[in-house]
Amino acid sequence: MSKTANKKVVCEKLIEYGKKDRDIVALTSDSRGSASMTDFGNQLPDQLVEVGIAEQNIVGMAAGLAASGKKPFITSYAAFVTMRAIEQVKVDVAYSNVNVKIIGISGGVSYGPLGMSHHALHDIAVMRAIPNIKMIMPADRYDTEKLMEELVNYEGPVYVRVGRNAVEEVHQSADYEFEIGKADQLSGGSDLTIIATGELVSTALKAAELLEEDDLDCRVINMHTLKPIDEKAIIKAAEETGKIITVEEHSVYGGLGSAVSQVVAENHPVPVKVFAIPDEPAVTGYPEDIFKEYGLTPSNIAEKAKEMFD
Amino acid sequence: MDKIEFLTEKAAQIRRDLLKMIVNAGTGHTAGSLSNTDIMTVLFYEVMDIKVDDPDWDDRDRFILSKGHSVESYYTILADKGYFDKEELNTFCQYKSRLIGHPNNKVPGVEMNTGALGHGLAIAAGMAKAAKMSKKNYKVYTLMGDGELAEGSVWEAALAASHFKLDNLVGIIDRNNLQITDNTEKVMGLEPLAEKWKSFGWEIIEVDGHNYQELINAFTKSSEIKGRPTLILANTIKGKGVSFMENKAEWHHGLPSEEELAQALEELSSKGEVI
Repeated sequence: MSKTANKKVVCEKLIEYGKKDRDIVALTSDSRGSASMTDFGNQLPDQLVEVGIAEQNIVGMAAGLAASGKKPFITSYAAFVTMRAIEQVKVDVAYSNVNVKIIGISGGVSYGPLGMSHHALHDIAVMRAIPNIKMIMPADRYDTEKLMEELVNYEGPVYVRVGRNAVEEVHQSADYEFEIGKADQLSGGSDLTIIATGELVSTALKAAELLEEDDLDCRVINMHTLKPIDEKAIIKAAEETGKIITVEEHSVYGGLGSAVSQVVAENHPVPVKVFAIPDEPAVTGYPEDIFKEYGLTPSNIAEKAKEMFD
Repeated sequence: MDKIEFLTEKAAQIRRDLLKMIVNAGTGHTAGSLSNTDIMTVLFYEVMDIKVDDPDWDDRDRFILSKGHSVESYYTILADKGYFDKEELNTFCQYKSRLIGHPNNKVPGVEMNTGALGHGLAIAAGMAKAAKMSKKNYKVYTLMGDGELAEGSVWEAALAASHFKLDNLVGIIDRNNLQITDNTEKVMGLEPLAEKWKSFGWEIIEVDGHNYQELINAFTKSSEIKGRPTLILANTIKGKGVSFMENKAEWHHGLPSEEELAQALEELSSKGEVI
């Protein structure tokens, strides 16, 4: 599997579409380098708006740009744009329902060594609670490419979280169907379903491979869209496999696990095991260290999955 | 009737209409709306290039009410202009009415939802930036309260508007010196206010916010300023036009009784008493 950072794909696609549509505007908050948006600035300088370190302003201005016919894409740190500017996201973007795309970069524990200030482990919970705005976490470069294509053609508020680092591909090629709001089933299976989101989908796939060795047939679902979440796919998984595991780079509160549990509990109660970051300031270190600390690894997920069959 | 006479009568009518609307609804931000009625009247009847029968006209001037709680003068003016039927003012704040207690973009003529303070200037800056990028000539106006200037987001946007040389953007401050608790200078001091905006790179024009000619001159001058945004510091009286409401913080969202309404309407019945 080759590895590519999703944020690079975001920039490549924004340049590609920005050249075709001059109303596409990228906004940065001193985040050009971090967001891999330097190329965009170099190639399309008239379509880049740099606001400096001012997250409230980046969102407010994007709302004004959108209301005046521009197609703004904010590329700003997930940790800050979904906290510092959350009222602007709620009121200026979601409530006014304007065509602003927010790409939260370096999400999750991408900035693992930098501490809780720079961790973005709250954004699924926060963004899901705001009406009108969709939330998406692409798993790999193919998801990101297809998502960007959908985003330029979709009119309305969307929040996207990507990580900082290169991620493994979970698709063999671009030859699959990607649709906002529709779960992407990566493998069939009848014993257990692992539902994962974002850049931990590859971890879920590896856990499933380990479980195959124990003759456990796993369904793996890439739940790239957290809102609107694909309830049908979740209910179907509960009905057909009877056990569900969720895997996410997010707080255990209000994330994928919470969302899936709600759907399962209301529609077809089956055991659900949630793999996420516990309610504490996450340990610091590189992402791999943090995932290991909290058991977000293929071996631990597989081991705990087997216990569900005891 | 000359321009000033027309604006004087129109503003008195708007004040009467908004007071009746507030009493009918049983709620409202009374004094703040009276404070900014003259500014809004000059903007909507004299300054802005808008088409009532085509509210989304691409080249229209934009207006953002950053002090969203003073929505009463806004709705009343939009209804009077013909954006929607005046009868609808009777639904203000009622169940499922689109005339909710803060500007709502489901109402024809309202650009954006506001209400959370300190947001309007950034939105207006985005609209002004869009005009620059698309080489359009429309202007963007945003009316801020003085109390909301304590919000840091205002100053982020003030920096940006100056940095981007948005000379198509006009910020107006309804400087009535009162916020819900007390005098602004007691709650969180703003002075020297003009100097603050000037140091941020804005052109400052200070006016009597109830003097139509001064307001018209300020807006005219703002169009001649190149390379930087204009801030019109409009000195106003909270509760303007109703003697017992003027300069009283308790009328921020005070509700007049029937007798008080009658007295207010009486005071506002003659144009000469407003100025």
